[in-house]
Amino acid sequence: MSESRTARRTVAASLLAVTALLAAACTTGGATSKADTGADDTTPVTITFWHGLSSPHEIASVDAVLAKFHKKYPYITVKAVAAQTDDKVNQAIRGGTAPDVASSFNAANVGGWCSSGAFQDLTPDIKADHVDLSQIPKAVQSYTAFDGKRCTMPWLADTFGLYYNKKLFAKAGITSPPKTMSELAADAKKLTTFNADGSIKTAGFMPYLGAYEMLTEHLVPSWGGKWLTSDGQSNVGGDPAFAQALTWQKNLVDWFGAKKLVTFKAGMGDEFSAQNAFETGKLAMMVDGEWRNAFIKNDKADIDYGTAAVPAADGKSQLYGAGYVGGNVIGMPRGAKHPGAAWKLIKFLTTDTGALTTLADAIGNVPTTTAALDSPSLGLSKDPNFAPFLEVYKNPLTTTTPASGDGGAYLTNFGHFVEKWQSGGVPDLTAGLTAVDKQNNAALKLGQ
Amino acid sequence: MATHQIVQLPLVTAPLKARMRRNRLRVLLFLAPGLVGFTVFLIYPLVMTVWLSFTNSNMISQAQFVGLRNYRYLLDGDPLIWHAVRNTAWLVVIMVPAQVLFALGVAMVTARLKAGASLFRTLFYLPALAPPVAATVAFVCMFNPNSGPVNRILGLLGIHGPLWFNSPDWSKPALTLLALWGSGTMMVIFLAALLEVPAELYEAAELDGAGPWHRFRYVTLPTISPVVLFATVTGVIAGLQYFTQAMVASQVANGNIQPAPGYPDGSTLTFPQQLYIAGFNQFHAGYACALAVVLFVVAMAFTVVLLRRASGFDIEESPR
Repeated sequence: MSESRTARRTVAASLLAVTALLAAACTTGGATSKADTGADDTTPVTITFWHGLSSPHEIASVDAVLAKFHKKYPYITVKAVAAQTDDKVNQAIRGGTAPDVASSFNAANVGGWCSSGAFQDLTPDIKADHVDLSQIPKAVQSYTAFDGKRCTMPWLADTFGLYYNKKLFAKAGITSPPKTMSELAADAKKLTTFNADGSIKTAGFMPYLGAYEMLTEHLVPSWGGKWLTSDGQSNVGGDPAFAQALTWQKNLVDWFGAKKLVTFKAGMGDEFSAQNAFETGKLAMMVDGEWRNAFIKNDKADIDYGTAAVPAADGKSQLYGAGYVGGNVIGMPRGAKHPGAAWKLIKFLTTDTGALTTLADAIGNVPTTTAALDSPSLGLSKDPNFAPFLEVYKNPLTTTTPASGDGGAYLTNFGHFVEKWQSGGVPDLTAGLTAVDKQNNAALKLGQ
Repeated sequence: MATHQIVQLPLVTAPLKARMRRNRLRVLLFLAPGLVGFTVFLIYPLVMTVWLSFTNSNMISQAQFVGLRNYRYLLDGDPLIWHAVRNTAWLVVIMVPAQVLFALGVAMVTARLKAGASLFRTLFYLPALAPPVAATVAFVCMFNPNSGPVNRILGLLGIHGPLWFNSPDWSKPALTLLALWGSGTMMVIFLAALLEVPAELYEAAELDGAGPWHRFRYVTLPTISPVVLFATVTGVIAGLQYFTQAMVASQVANGNIQPAPGYPDGSTLTFPQQLYIAGFNQFHAGYACALAVVLFVVAMAFTVVLLRRASGFDIEESPR
């Protein structure tokens, strides 16, 4: 008995020892290195840059811009790694193997990165180099920083506008794109055609939220909605814009019939393929990002189309021309081995006019500084279908979904709510939105 | 045996003690690789998961102890968790038994085939080789209410097909059909067990006047009950961990590039998906660990209850 007890103790002690050893090893690695922080340090160095771009022409464009950077700073060689995801970046930070510079398509993660220290606060570098942040619109500044920490910079942006099919407009006798939500609803009804069995043949507009880029975040700027209060609390119940936007949207859903819309949505074709319903002429109008222009070209879609700002809510004409902005972010993860050189790259990519216009033209995104927007070398500004998106970016009333410490959980909760709403499962909209506020605020507290 | 050792212990001499100690060390040495693996890959993650469930960990910065806050949020804060619990419970209660019964049925049919048995067994097994993501994408396309062949065929028969993966009422039944289609592995296990049932038992039962139902009830089922139990336990655990197919189906059916967990209307949001979202999208690793602890306890409880209720798990004890 005592023999087996001793054996058990030995085994238990061994297990505990190994566990304790592993527990001691389980610390998030990668303290900030101070190896080359000096601005004048020209010691040759190679830094690693992870980005999410993956198609050959995008990778080639990034490499071309990095070649310009190397020409400017010959002692810094950048090793670019394409097609990286946020999960990989987070894992590398946890494992102490983070790259010197990382970019992300998902600005919703900025809050978590800033508050956890996963990405370093760039404010000291920005101040030291006198980088003028006023050349970046306020809305863009708000999704790239959190709680007073600027842990990322914007690296090209996406704005949203209305795409419309000119041929279908002419057929329906519509001469210009709608400027108010009432006009949009009226045009949508005129443009819609049905099959003999009552199903939708061509939809004038797809009001069902969650279809392609028809998301509340892209719609509610037309009512001037603000997702969070100034102190970071959920505002969807407090701001009447949300109830107004959802009421307008539901009225249009009801006109079509929710079930008919869901059936039509299922056959719309993949968003990022040549089967996209707008590109095939099955959808006459849609809200989408500026990138659709490039996709229409690349897909060689046989479509005569135009673009405009998303219509403003009735009685809020001052909001016409504004819209939603989001975009890519870039920063320096904790554990970056060469922070001095990493900052130089971040600064170059996000503030150098030539770098921004070259990349924006190559991949069809909006450049992020006013200097780049006004630069004569920006080819996109000469494209009439791209110009409205540049105007949305410049508009001071353009809004965004601000960063939150929980990776934008408020949008996830709201997304589930609107699904219930548009299928008729929410009898009291005001009470429902108030409940969403409560849920969002509880989620925000969880990470504190 | 134990009593015998106790009686002998006082008689153990010093050299014997030393030899026993050496033996013990030798045993430990042989066990060491296994023990290290067991500790690193099971004990350590388990202990850390339980500890982190009481913290505000985001897996990046230093975690702080927050007591039961994550568990309180689970019970009274998370707006989506009860959707996830209900959906996972549905899958365990409906999908898993359906899968076991279907696989058993197919195995029984193919076991009795005289001609083409190999061909049919291969055909029924083949879907199990399809990668889950590819199989789910194909299924969602086949069941597309607008352009999929399933609703077209139903239309030819005069049936107005449902919205399948786009309907909150039909999305889980559609996932169940996908699970049935891919239950080839379970079918093969049942088939092996069925072919092992001694033919003389059937002959004896027939001589006693047993019909097909009685032969199944009193000969087949008791003999293969350990395998049925194994399939049920592993099926329940897989049901509790159901993730990939639900995640892919919701995103493909929604047609949006962004993941749409739970689409439509939260009907495909499973418990592990909510865990993943909390831990990896929302930086709430502490809360995700609390969900993992709950999932572990529930899976363990299911397993213990199933094993206790089914005495035939041990093959040696099963009636032959």
